[in-house]
Amino acid sequence: MATGPALQWIKKEGKLKKHEGITITDLPGIYSLSPYTLEEVVARNYLINERPDAILNIIDGTNLERNLYLTTQLVELGIPVVVAINMMDVVKKNGDKLNTADLAKQLGCKVVEISALKGTGVMEAAETAIQAAKGAKTVPQHTFSGPVEHALAHIEEAIVHGLPEEQQRWYAIKVFERDDKVLEQLNIAPETMKHIESDIAAAEKELDDDAESIITNERYVYIAQVIKSCYRKHNAGNLSASDKIDKVVTNRFLGLPIFALVMFLVYWIAMVAVGAPATDWANDGLFGDGYFLFGNGRAAYDEAVEEYGDTNAIVEAFAEKYEVELDEEDAAASMTALLAAVPADATVEYIVQDEETLETETLSAGRADLEEAAQKYIAGEPDPAEGFGTWVPGIPVLIENGLDAINAADWLKGLILDGIVAGVGAVLGFVPQMLVLFFLLAFLEACGYMARIAFVLDRIFRKFGLSGKSFIPMLIGVGCGVPGIMASRTIENERDRRMTIMTTTFIPCGAKVPFIAMIAGAIFHKSAWVATSAYFIGMAAIIISGIMLKKTRRFAGEPAPFVMELPAYHWPTLPNVLRSMWERGWSFIKKAGTIILLSTILVWFLSRFGVADGAFRMLEEEELESSILARIGNLIAWIFAPLGFGTWQATVASITGLIAKENIVGTMGILYGGTETYANLAAAFTGIAAYAFLVFNLLCAPCFAAIGAIKREMNNAGWTWFAIAYQCGFAYAVSLMIYQFGGLFTGNVNVIGLIAAFAVLGGMIYMLFFKKYQEATKLTRKV
Amino acid sequence: MNNLREVPVGGKAKVVKIHGEGAVKRRIMDMGITKGVEIFVRKVAPLGDPIEITVRGYELSIRKADAESIEVE
Repeated sequence: MATGPALQWIKKEGKLKKHEGITITDLPGIYSLSPYTLEEVVARNYLINERPDAILNIIDGTNLERNLYLTTQLVELGIPVVVAINMMDVVKKNGDKLNTADLAKQLGCKVVEISALKGTGVMEAAETAIQAAKGAKTVPQHTFSGPVEHALAHIEEAIVHGLPEEQQRWYAIKVFERDDKVLEQLNIAPETMKHIESDIAAAEKELDDDAESIITNERYVYIAQVIKSCYRKHNAGNLSASDKIDKVVTNRFLGLPIFALVMFLVYWIAMVAVGAPATDWANDGLFGDGYFLFGNGRAAYDEAVEEYGDTNAIVEAFAEKYEVELDEEDAAASMTALLAAVPADATVEYIVQDEETLETETLSAGRADLEEAAQKYIAGEPDPAEGFGTWVPGIPVLIENGLDAINAADWLKGLILDGIVAGVGAVLGFVPQMLVLFFLLAFLEACGYMARIAFVLDRIFRKFGLSGKSFIPMLIGVGCGVPGIMASRTIENERDRRMTIMTTTFIPCGAKVPFIAMIAGAIFHKSAWVATSAYFIGMAAIIISGIMLKKTRRFAGEPAPFVMELPAYHWPTLPNVLRSMWERGWSFIKKAGTIILLSTILVWFLSRFGVADGAFRMLEEEELESSILARIGNLIAWIFAPLGFGTWQATVASITGLIAKENIVGTMGILYGGTETYANLAAAFTGIAAYAFLVFNLLCAPCFAAIGAIKREMNNAGWTWFAIAYQCGFAYAVSLMIYQFGGLFTGNVNVIGLIAAFAVLGGMIYMLFFKKYQEATKLTRKV
Repeated sequence: MNNLREVPVGGKAKVVKIHGEGAVKRRIMDMGITKGVEIFVRKVAPLGDPIEITVRGYELSIRKADAESIEVE
C-alpha cells in the first residue's frame, strides 16, 4: 500500500517480484483521512475494512512537515506502518540532514530512505513492509493535549471498548472529531452520544476551537517538534532553482504569454508536427491502401499523381461526348480511336469532385488538353507499388488478397474488412497521436508545470464548474476529441474531470470540419461565418453546460476545495514519462477498444444488409436506401421533425456519423446523389433546417471512438450513459430553438414547436441565472 | 481583523484562526495552515486570483475567497 500525491484514484493491485503471495495495493494519493473527499473516503474505507497486513507510506522528503501529517493518522489505525522517505537524493543534494533513526523512534514505526527516481531503496522498502506485516504492531507515540486526551479516554470507555484494542484509538479520535461517516458506522445510542458530546464540548471550550480543528492543529504542533529534533535544513534563505523558474513562469506579466506558448507547442507537436503524420500513417497507410517504408518515394509519387491530374476525367468526358468505347486493356488503341473522333475545335466540360467535402467544380477542356491527357493515359496512372519507393500494402489490402485467395464469401469479406478491420483500425488509428500527446502531458505533469496551468487559469474555468486543467483537453479536442477526453486524466478533482469529459467533444474536432464545409458549401454559398459560428457554438455549449450542470444534484454532491499544492519544478526522467505514456495509451486500447469495435461492426451490419429486390441480402454501398439502417431511420425520423430535418436520409447520416463524423459527408453523398449532392441538398434543406442539422451533429453524441474514451475515463456505466444522454439532449434542445425561432423570421411558424422551444429557453435561463449554486460541505454520496 | 486576502504580495503573516466549517476549512487545515503557522504570500496569479503562498516550506495555491476565512496578524 502506497500513498503519496499520485494521480491514480482507482486502487490498483500488483504482485511483488520474487515474493510469492504478496499483493500490493496502490491507493489514491491523499493528504489526510478526512471524510470530505471521495479519494480520502475510498482510501480510509479500504484501510478500515480490508485491514491490509502493513502500510507502506511513501512520503516526499523535501516536504516532510506536510507529508508526516498523514503519517500521524496512519499510525493510529493499528496496522503496522513503514514510512519510505522518497526523494532522499534531492534532500542530500540540498545539503539537508535527516536523522531517520530518531524519526523512526518518534513516530513509532520503521523508516527507510528511497529514491523512486533513481530506483534506490525501493525493494528494501517493500521488504521492510513485509517484515513489518509479520512483526510487532505500530504504536502511535504522540499524545494530544490534556483536555483532548481526557475526552478520548471517555470515548474509548463508553463507545469503542468493544472494538479490537489496536483500532480503538483511531475510532475514538474520529468520534471526537464528530466524523459523520464513523458516527454513522458505529451507530451510537443517543444517550451515550449526549454524554460524550458534553466531554467534546468541554474540550472545545477550553481550547477555543472546534474539535476537528483542535486535532489537526495538535498534529501539526507535534510534527513541528519532531522535525525540529531530527531534521536540519542547510540553507533557509536562498532561492532554489525551482523558485527562480517559478518567478518567471507564473509571473504576473509573462505568465499568460508563456502559457500560450506552452499550449501552442503542445498542440503543434501532438496534433500537427508529429501527431498528424502519425495518424495519417495509421489510418491511410497501415489501415488503408498502404504506405511507403520510411516515407521514401512519397514525394515522387505525390508529384506523379499531381502531374497525372484530371487525365481520367478529361479522357472520359471526351469519350462520352464522341461515343468512343474505352478499352482498359489497350489504352493506346483507345486513344488513337478517340483522337480520330474528336474534331480540332472540340471542347467538353468535366466535373471534379473534392473527396472530403463532395464539393464539385466544372472545368472545360479542349483538343490540346485531350492530346496531352491521351499521352498520360497511355503511360498509365501512377501506381504507388511501381517505381517509387518500398511500398508496403496496408493491412486491409493484405487481408483482402488473402480472402480472395481462399474465395471467401462477400458477406465474410465485408464483415472482416469493413466491420472488424475497420473497427480495429478505428481504435489503433488514434494510438500514435495519443502516445505523442500523453508523452507531452506526462512531461508537463512530472516537471510541475501542469499544476501551474490550473493556477493560471483557475479564475476563468471555475465559473463553469471546470478546472484550469480543463484547458488542455479542450485545446486538443479541436484536433480530435478522443485524445482530448483522454487528456482529462490530469484533472485530480473528480467533479471537474467528469465535467470536462462531458463537454470536451462540443468543440468541433477535425473530423467535423468536412461536414461543416459541406453544409456551408451546399446551403450557405461557402460563407465563412458557418465554420466560425460552429466554434463559437462549441465554446458556448461548454460554458452553458458547465454552469447548468454544476447546479444539478449529480454534480453538486461533492465538495471540491481548491487548495492545491504547487510542486517544486524538476526535470523528469525518461523512463517515468514513457511509463505514464504507455499506461494511458494501453488503457485506451483495452478499455475503449471493445466498445468501438463492436459498435463499428453493428453499424456496418445495419447499413450493408437489408431487403432489396424482395430478398434479404448483403447490399452494395450505393443501395444504402434498402438497408436496415434506412428502415430504422424511417422509423425514428419523426423525432427530428421539430428540428427541421425529419427525413430518413438525415437520420441515417447522423447515425453513420457515430462511426466517424466525416462519414456524414460520405453518407449524404450516397443518399443525395453523387456529383449532384450540393444541388440536391440545397433543394432538400432550408437554410434554417440545414443549420439546425449542423448544430445537432456538432453537439450530439460524438463518434464511437470518443464514446469509448468517455467510458474509459468515466469508468462507470451510469456516468457514461448520462454523458451521452446529456450531449444528445442538449444538442436536441439547441437545434430545436434554432429551427423554431428561425421559423419566426422566415414566417414558417409551428405553434407547438414554438411553445416547446420557449419552454426549453425558459428552462435554460432559469438554470443559468436563477437557480442558486450551493457548494456542498459534506460528501453526500455513499462510498 | 485582518485576513490572508489582505496581506500584500511579498508580505508575511501569522495565522490566528481559521473561520468557516466543513470541507473547505478541513482541507485548508489539512494542508498545514493551522493556528500559529507563518505564511508568506509569494504571488498573485496572472488573472488576479488565486494566490500562491509558502507554508511549512512548500508552495500552495489558494483562492482569494478561501483566503478570506483565514484570520492573520
